Amino acid sequence: MATTVAPPTYAPAATTTSYSGEKTGVWSWITTTDHKRIGVLYLFTSLFFFIFGGLEAAVIRAQLAAPNQTLVSAELYNQLFTMHGTTMVFLAIMPLSAAFFNFLIPLQIGARDVAFPRLNAFSYWVYLLGGIFITLPIFAGLAPNGGWFGYAPITTMAYNPGLNIDFWVLGLQILGISSLAAGFNFITTIINMRAPGMHLMRMPMFTWMSFVVQFLVVLAFPVITVALVFLQFDRFFGTNFYTLTAGADPLLWQHLFWIFGHPEVYILILPAFGLVSEVLPTFSRKPLFGYAVMVYSGILIGFLGFGVWAHHMFSVGMGPIADTVFSLTTMLIAIPTGVKIFNWMSTMWGGKLTFTTAMCFSVGLVAMFTIGGLSGVTHASPPTDLQQTDTYYVVAHFHYVLFGGSIMGIFAGIYHYFPKMFGKMMNETLGKWHFWINMIGMNLTFGPMHLSGLLGMPRRIYTYDANQGWDLFNMMSSIGTVIIIIATLIFIYNFFASLKSGPRAGRDPWGASTLEWSIPSPPPEYNFAVLPTVTSRYPLWDVTDGHDLSREHHEGHEVRDDRVPTSRELGIPMPANTFKPVMTAIGLVVMLGGMTLKHVNDYAFYAVVGGGAAMLVVSLYAWLTSPLEEAH
Amino acid sequence: MSATAVETTGADSHAHGHHYTTTGLDNRKIAIWAFIGSECMLFVSLISTYLIYKGKSRVGPYPHEAWTDPATGEKFGAILNIPVTSFSTFVLLMSSLAMVLAHNAVMNRRVKRTTFMERLEGNSFFWLVSTAVLGLVFLMCQAYEFTSFVNEGLGLTTNLFSSSFYVLTGFHGAHVTAGVLWLATLAAIDKKRGLREDEALTVDLCALYWHFVDVVWIVIFVLLYLIK
Repeated sequence: MATTVAPPTYAPAATTTSYSGEKTGVWSWITTTDHKRIGVLYLFTSLFFFIFGGLEAAVIRAQLAAPNQTLVSAELYNQLFTMHGTTMVFLAIMPLSAAFFNFLIPLQIGARDVAFPRLNAFSYWVYLLGGIFITLPIFAGLAPNGGWFGYAPITTMAYNPGLNIDFWVLGLQILGISSLAAGFNFITTIINMRAPGMHLMRMPMFTWMSFVVQFLVVLAFPVITVALVFLQFDRFFGTNFYTLTAGADPLLWQHLFWIFGHPEVYILILPAFGLVSEVLPTFSRKPLFGYAVMVYSGILIGFLGFGVWAHHMFSVGMGPIADTVFSLTTMLIAIPTGVKIFNWMSTMWGGKLTFTTAMCFSVGLVAMFTIGGLSGVTHASPPTDLQQTDTYYVVAHFHYVLFGGSIMGIFAGIYHYFPKMFGKMMNETLGKWHFWINMIGMNLTFGPMHLSGLLGMPRRIYTYDANQGWDLFNMMSSIGTVIIIIATLIFIYNFFASLKSGPRAGRDPWGASTLEWSIPSPPPEYNFAVLPTVTSRYPLWDVTDGHDLSREHHEGHEVRDDRVPTSRELGIPMPANTFKPVMTAIGLVVMLGGMTLKHVNDYAFYAVVGGGAAMLVVSLYAWLTSPLEEAH
Repeated sequence: MSATAVETTGADSHAHGHHYTTTGLDNRKIAIWAFIGSECMLFVSLISTYLIYKGKSRVGPYPHEAWTDPATGEKFGAILNIPVTSFSTFVLLMSSLAMVLAHNAVMNRRVKRTTFMERLEGNSFFWLVSTAVLGLVFLMCQAYEFTSFVNEGLGLTTNLFSSSFYVLTGFHGAHVTAGVLWLATLAAIDKKRGLREDEALTVDLCALYWHFVDVVWIVIFVLLYLIK
């Protein structure tokens, strides 16, 4: 490893030949198959949904700020907390991670694109359309209202006859298809598109954690697909999967949902773990401590994640054997997670620390996730859990791991990779303000929830009486939310101002070590003029053989920052722009979304579902029979 | 696609239209295995639900036992028709054989075939169509099975058994239908311009899917029909 690392450089970069410059116009973005563009589309869309879900939370906190308020009705409150959870899980954190999967994985493994560029575009458009489909009903007062885990039978026709749950069921099916398609794509990409020498145990940690996540996605999502199909059949055709009077098991949904739902927790957190595992070594100027153990613990978390689901169900009375088994597996999973925490701390130990904003957020994750992780371990004990189930203590726990963990990690990722994505530096001063205000806001919001929860405040109540000892804590939480909003506004300003007029970023402004930093910022359409040959885990720190990865030549074209040759000049075949995956996505969403019309008008139902299906099939055939690459 | 100067670096070769891959396998081959893994979880969930609900129905008809409606005194026989399903299971198993032969025919285009049997063995179109037709026969058996069950008084909403049975076997039937469409598409391409030897993977992908759907049916047949 090199002992000295160059300070951040701000070399001028050509934008005309970057991935965003070579083809221009809205249409080129709609028809794009470039993984970097799709990553950027994911980023903007999911940030929008993140803010939308945050506003839903803001209304919830306004309603709960003081006792006996009537800002929103009980029904609207149900819709708000359901959509807050659904939005943040499926429309914000998962696709924010997907933004990084898309942008980073091919760059980190030294590939020109993902394995299936058009399938990748399809995933994004299905996500966008599905997100719109599940979000719009709230403006008509028809938003899903059964909680983000939608327990049946409360979501069956007998107890919830409106269209609300139909939007939720079909919306989640649509989003599930997007995630599954992306899962197959990234599994294939990581297995099969690695550059020569990029052995599995040389892959950057973000790629590793993403790899684990894709397996969780493809194995967990089919289970919720089936649970949702049952619910849809019950609601549409009168089947009996969740009909207790027909002898159905009231726990069937809970089991199926949490067999999906607990791996989903790791789907949300592991990408953030991966991102901070990139940031911490970079700004500690040390290799990641215990790389191999970090990999194994990530795999172990993913594996054990399938064996702990019933700890969400201790209060339903599964009996001592089941309670004990799931209690033990839950405590076990704290071990690999704790290993990660200690490895991150050991990475920083003795390092030459630079506290950039990305580094602050990474350290913030380590600290905040530890708090959330420890309160999580308290849930592993069934007697304790019985006191905590469905109280604000649980709400505090999962916000510490999701906001303090996933979102902090994603912010670290955004600050760290913004220069690579857009070729500009983000403002560090505003970044620090964002970090500290956000840190104060989140602890003020979610910290007191531990106490209101332990004092017995149930979650999901739309108001409460005064003098139960909860008033102060609720007021604190609501003030904290205002502070988070201020922090987020600073972030939004910083993001767009830097996008417009941030200083130019060089290839490797942070002195980082992995392949994505060896190419221009923003990268050219083809990423690597010559596929790199990898000889270590930290290729940019371990340049010992005189071969400088950042100055490759290609058939007489020198790839310099001020003159990056186009793919056409280099004769590198790239996937052509195409509208067919978009058409296929529209067909799919019309077909599945149109099913809500079953409860409105039968003719409209058949017409729309049939029309969508026809469009799906025709576009799919057009897509599969056309070649991927344009002829040069 | 033009094969250009990039060819000169071995790892980056675009010769013969093949991109460099780490494992040397085609991307699609890895993706189909990931897809099949995912599909396993889908069917595991469906089959588990069926098994959890086995014997839990409050009213009949039942799969393996006769039932008399206490309210009306109407008598119902055991619903499942083992002989018909044994036949359709056999048909589906034979379709996998035809599938293997179709793949074999596309893979070995250069083999010299003179006798009738040899030419038949090399006739990929015939085997692709045979596979699809056998799949269609299976689907027709399923349609017959569903219709006769409904006529015997077992509707989709009758009891837990009927709901979990129809949705599980219906999902499997939908997979067979998708497979038949895939096979028909390959057969149409084969008829139109002939599938080339270097396209054997395209048939292989379909075959992997088809065999998977077949294996799932064997599990369903044993768990639902044979074990009482």
